[in-house]
Amino acid sequence: MPDRLTPIDVTGLTLMSGGRCLLDGITCRIEAEGITAILGPNGAGKSLLLRCLHGLADPTSGAVTFGGRPGEASMRLQQSFVFQQPTLLRRTVIENMLFVSRQRGIAEADVQSWLEKVGLTALAHQPARLLSGGEKQRLALARGLLTRPSILFLDEATSNLDPASVQMIEAITREVAASGTKVITVTHDIGQARRLADQVLFLARGQLIEDGKAKSFFSKPRSEEARAYLEGRIVV
Amino acid sequence: MPIYLESVATAFRLMASGDQDLMEILLLSMQVSLTALVLSCLIGLPVGAFLATRRFTGRGAVIGLFNALMGMPPVVVGLIVYLHLSRSGPFGWLGLLYTPNAMIIAQMLLIIPIITALSCQIIEDLHEDYRDLFTSLAVPPGKAVKAYIIDARYSLLTVILAGFGRAISEVGAVIVVGGNIDHLTRVMTTTIALETSKGELALALALGVILLIIALAVNMLASWLKSRASRRAYA
Ligand SMILES: Nc1ncnc2c1ncn2[C@@H]1O[C@H](COP(=O)(O)OP(=O)(O)OP(=O)(O)O)[C@@H](O)[C@H]1O
Ligand SMILES: [Mg+2]
Repeated sequence: MPDRLTPIDVTGLTLMSGGRCLLDGITCRIEAEGITAILGPNGAGKSLLLRCLHGLADPTSGAVTFGGRPGEASMRLQQSFVFQQPTLLRRTVIENMLFVSRQRGIAEADVQSWLEKVGLTALAHQPARLLSGGEKQRLALARGLLTRPSILFLDEATSNLDPASVQMIEAITREVAASGTKVITVTHDIGQARRLADQVLFLARGQLIEDGKAKSFFSKPRSEEARAYLEGRIVV
Repeated sequence: MPIYLESVATAFRLMASGDQDLMEILLLSMQVSLTALVLSCLIGLPVGAFLATRRFTGRGAVIGLFNALMGMPPVVVGLIVYLHLSRSGPFGWLGLLYTPNAMIIAQMLLIIPIITALSCQIIEDLHEDYRDLFTSLAVPPGKAVKAYIIDARYSLLTVILAGFGRAISEVGAVIVVGGNIDHLTRVMTTTIALETSKGELALALALGVILLIIALAVNMLASWLKSRASRRAYA
């Protein structure tokens, strides 16, 4: 059993680009257990924060530690990232899964069972690029879960899904979280955040506006921005 | 019968009868160009993939150089190879001048830039798509290059065919370094040039027809591959 990667401590995380401050001194602790939802309006920096945590973007300053240890490239082997735009190889559905399973020495039976779980068994031999938007997201999720990651990053993983698929993905997300995977999800689906999240981070304009238990965030948000966001008013 | 009609008739007779001279020339042409192609792919594809996926200082200059080399006139390539392989040149001791191997080297110099520059462009596009995923999955660099070449295979095949087309149809370089020696370094294009200048049109025409058929076949294969790739959504 590798050392734990949680909790994740973020200290003064700042990302500047082209004279703009895209992430502005974010400091928080992402709890060791359960599901953390990152909420916020378009362009708030949610995807960027996720990318910084996973090491896909380099912050200008600040630090991230995983279970008390500074982040390093090898930790990515215990993490999976499901992108906002699903990135699929120009291969069949099953080849997309096998690419990962072969690299990590994962049994092919696992590949089959994950495809089954996300309802893609019948499409296993289709070129992945011909899948519908929702099917692509389900495949990307299955591929991400194949490695049984300690941390699962979901960037709007259910944005193109029909209600049944959303339920399916939420059930899977709960299941993996219950089995010990830390889930960090970015979503615009407030209902989903209510149903899933234990912890909520609320971002706006690159700043962390709120960080707290999901229950209290949804029942009485402390900031005007969060209230406006939850009520569907525009946050500037 | 007018002279050119006679030549055409003779040309088809030569092809139909499998004339020995004709076959020998055809065989050597294919041997030289296919060998040059395979070796050029072994060099050009990985180099193209490397240039497409790695960032280093001078990268732009290297890519620009390969792009510029794509347009090199074959005669000049021939001249450069000649200078190096001639008895007084640095590789003169290898005794390669006026052998099929010299022609292979010349054709490689012509098509390596094509294969490198075009495969670099193709893989660069794919890299744009895959980069974050491969970083996230911690795919080792060697495996990534392999995946890029596999996933871009349809587009890369058209690049390879373009390289073959250039190699088989080129005359300037092979005539300089091969010398167009009967039974030794005589290939289709050089024979066409020689026979035409001698006024012996039949063999020249027969080879011309074969060369045309090869060029057409290569082009048809390329466009068939393209349409197949887009039909199957792999490209
Ligand atoms: N590589 C980059 N270089 C410069 N600016 C960037 C880069 N990536 C993102 N940005 C900018 O940073 C801001 C935050 O982007 P980000 O993708 O994190 O937003 P988000 O909160 O995920 O929004 P959405 O809900 O629309 O996905 C945006 O204004 C975007 O234009
Ligand atoms: Mg985003």
